Amino acid sequence: MKKAVLLAAVASLMLTLATPAMAEDVTLNALFMKQAGYSEDDVTAMTEAFTAETGIAVNPTFVAYEELAPKILTSATSGGYDVILGDCIWPAQFAKAGLVLDVTDKVEALDLDDIYQGALDATRYEGKYYGMPWLNDVKYMFVNKELLSQAGIDEVPATWDALIEDAKAVKEAGICEYPIVGCYAQAECLICDYTCIAGSFGGAFVDENNQPTLNSEENVAALDFMASTLADGLCNPKSLEMIEDDVLSTFAAGNAVFAINWTYQYASMNDESQSSVAGQGVITPIPGTDKAESATVNGGMPLMITAGSTHPDEAWEYMLFLASKEMQAKYCANALPIWKSLYEDAQVKETAGEEVVAASQIQFDYIVNRPMVPYYNELSTSMQAEIQLVLLGQKTAQEALDGLQETALKLAES
Amino acid sequence: MRKEMRKEKTFSPQKSSRQRRTQTLYMIFGFLLAVVILAPVVWMLLTSVMQPVDLTAKPLRLIPKQITLERYSHIFKSASSSDPAYVFRIALKNSFIIAVSVTILSLVIGTLAAYAFAHVRFRGRNALMLLILFTYMVPPAALIIPLYRIYNSLGLLDRRWPLVILYLSFVIPFIIWVMQDFFGSISKTYEEAAQVDGATRLQTLLYIFLPIARPGAVAAGILAFLMSWDEFFYALIFTSSLSSKTMTIAIEEFNGKFTIDYGMISTAGILGSLIPVMITIIFQKYIVMGMTAGGVKE
Amino acid sequence: MLLKKAEERYALKLITPSIVVVMGVIIIPIITTFIYSLVNIDPLSSHRGEFAGLSFYISALTSSAFWADLRRTLYFTIASTAAETVFGLLVALLLNQSFPGVRFLRSIIIIPWAIPTVVNGSLWKLMLNGEYGVVNAILTKLHLLSAYQSFLGSPKTAMMCIVIADAWKMTPLAVIFFLAALQGINPTVYEAARVDGAGALQRFKAITLPALAPTIMVVIVMRTVEKFKAFDIFYLMTRGGPANSTRTLMYTTYLQAFTNLNYSEAATCAYLIAIIVGILTLVYLRIMRREENI
Repeated sequence: MKKAVLLAAVASLMLTLATPAMAEDVTLNALFMKQAGYSEDDVTAMTEAFTAETGIAVNPTFVAYEELAPKILTSATSGGYDVILGDCIWPAQFAKAGLVLDVTDKVEALDLDDIYQGALDATRYEGKYYGMPWLNDVKYMFVNKELLSQAGIDEVPATWDALIEDAKAVKEAGICEYPIVGCYAQAECLICDYTCIAGSFGGAFVDENNQPTLNSEENVAALDFMASTLADGLCNPKSLEMIEDDVLSTFAAGNAVFAINWTYQYASMNDESQSSVAGQGVITPIPGTDKAESATVNGGMPLMITAGSTHPDEAWEYMLFLASKEMQAKYCANALPIWKSLYEDAQVKETAGEEVVAASQIQFDYIVNRPMVPYYNELSTSMQAEIQLVLLGQKTAQEALDGLQETALKLAES
Repeated sequence: MRKEMRKEKTFSPQKSSRQRRTQTLYMIFGFLLAVVILAPVVWMLLTSVMQPVDLTAKPLRLIPKQITLERYSHIFKSASSSDPAYVFRIALKNSFIIAVSVTILSLVIGTLAAYAFAHVRFRGRNALMLLILFTYMVPPAALIIPLYRIYNSLGLLDRRWPLVILYLSFVIPFIIWVMQDFFGSISKTYEEAAQVDGATRLQTLLYIFLPIARPGAVAAGILAFLMSWDEFFYALIFTSSLSSKTMTIAIEEFNGKFTIDYGMISTAGILGSLIPVMITIIFQKYIVMGMTAGGVKE
Repeated sequence: MLLKKAEERYALKLITPSIVVVMGVIIIPIITTFIYSLVNIDPLSSHRGEFAGLSFYISALTSSAFWADLRRTLYFTIASTAAETVFGLLVALLLNQSFPGVRFLRSIIIIPWAIPTVVNGSLWKLMLNGEYGVVNAILTKLHLLSAYQSFLGSPKTAMMCIVIADAWKMTPLAVIFFLAALQGINPTVYEAARVDGAGALQRFKAITLPALAPTIMVVIVMRTVEKFKAFDIFYLMTRGGPANSTRTLMYTTYLQAFTNLNYSEAATCAYLIAIIVGILTLVYLRIMRREENI
């Protein structure tokens, strides 16, 4: 027994003595995402251009979105990657946890007026910047105009009231059993939809001092509204198991007239190989109320430098290159630029699609960020479950949001 | 009734009607079993050859109008390292190498220990057994952060053999646990008889115990193979490039941030389960071979 | 005395390789994780770095969320382990007979087990989909359902769906082990019993069950440990939803560690899982030993 323990100790000691790989010249390690936004080939091409220009080698790794967080959390402090791509809800948490570097001086040297405020805000925590906005994405309202016109309606609704009237007409005409569909599964997508709807009701989850305001009158009204669409049979009851892709599929199968979704739905719903409604749908800003014209949620992804990086300056140079106007214009087919001025560029309009650019120019002015607080993820998991209870009719919106407000206050304290 | 039964058994050379009834009953249950096993597999197969637009159609057509082998040819032909289909093909190879190594090593190492636990008396046997089992009870999600730090500082990330060692750490406890049961059921008289004949203890283990425990060893081997073949969480953290990425990770990468590619996942599922199924078919005669010796359990 | 020493040395030789590999990999992380559960290492906490003693354990054990998670974990563990053991036994008994088609069945029995969990979870999620799932399509066609149901979107049915998906994949494991154990029973024992006039049920009770008992116990313990730690299938099918109805202790551990960055809470939860599984295992072993004595 003793001998065995000793042997185990020797074995682990031997492993310790094995030499770790040493880098000679500067080689950056960067973590990217597969299958969404810029393609792997796009990023590789951008990276090659960067290396050709600066002589700095970069070794990019591509993983699925769901793998990003575990990879970053396990490696950030030990320097596995220099540059990481993160979701826009992470910078505050990463900053407080000391996982990413403060890049305020560098960001402030840029022409910030030309970057959409919503995208920029997502990288800020306590007045400092912790990343560079890169992938730009928000949610839009997608409307099946063909089905709508079958009910004798030609205009796309600009307010939720009008949308409900239209949905009722479509349902009564027997055109579509459930005209509205949402991604209300217990996942982040539910909070994204709620952020859009609460925002368009004039609500916000935190005030200007980052203090929680979850049970505000507007938030309660928005959640009541969501629950009522389900109770009235206007919204598909299966929404509670749906994520974004299910919403797209339902819309693409012609079983929904109204759907909130990210930019990617535009290309997919018009692709005949996966959609039976190609050419029928339009992309428009999310409707509003008398309190707000529209609202959408930021779904962008910034680039950040890890705390463990040994080459932060080169890392910044690389990030800046990737987010440069030149690169963003060149590769805008798969992700929209963060630079306002690029939306006037004829080339960008053509590559990204006139309709998308037109909708984006309006929609980007109404970006709402999910709370940029370090405890956001924990709050979000509580919100998902509680909001589902309201949507299932097992709790009132007021009860649920009062409870969540308490949870948020507790989280803010600890 | 009793008498009749005995009569049938001893006197009638042909199959009695009762036996035929039993056979029919077995076949009915067998058919039901086949349906339960195969129905989801058939659906997976259909999903892998359906057009994307048919997959999400409502009402669903159970028999697709058009089928496509596009996805399969994509996996076999893709030559771009940025293509998930290509990654999957390489990852299959990685997974195979890892799973075979883990199976062989864990069977050798684990069987020795299992034999000791079952047939050699020593102090602290039960405590040690429990300790080994306990190491497996702590969930990997909690161990992964310290493990990552150790592996990273040793430069062991993104390589195949460190992953093999990692997998061995949770497969071996299971092999010990399973094999000591099979060894335990073998009578000690065999060992005594062998020793009387002058066999060394190792010879006794190799030539007496192992052949008798062979069905168990094969079952344990399949368990070891499938545990490493199916592992997801460690592979997620410890692999990042083509040099070590495993099949499960490659399958996960068919999903985008908002998208689930059921077609490709099903295709990968069909291809990914072929290897273990073939291995089992090859080895299953050892599981269900019947002990010619008899009298193993008393 | 000398003989005993020799026995111990022999045992040590046989066991050492296992101990070296298992402990070499796991010992440091296991100790580190235990320390994490006693010292606050949460990067977001204002008490970071402070010694917490047992306070993480106490706050876990006094929270209603923990007990709700535990209840769901136990429900999943017991339901799916029971299903796998019972069906596994029945199927193994069937496949141990000889009848036309049995060889085919023995070949295909492994298939569900061979399908990677990542695929299995997605496959069942697709089949059970409320909008375009094949289960809904067939059940409505057979008029067993009047309208499409959201199986995974309803708190009443979601956990059952996961149990079915998991049991479908893992029952073959039980079958393979029971089949291997059945092979060890001497067929002449059955002959003798039959000659003595024992019916099928009597033979099963008197011969098969006692002979299989240790293997049944091995399978139950093995599956219990695995089920308690099951993560992938929940992650793939429901992510704990709807309305937390499928959130288990293991899923909470994952959320705490990789979403909330509450490492100490995660470490505590992980140790609680290990302790609960450990206690369950001891209870099983105690029962088994008692039965052996009878």
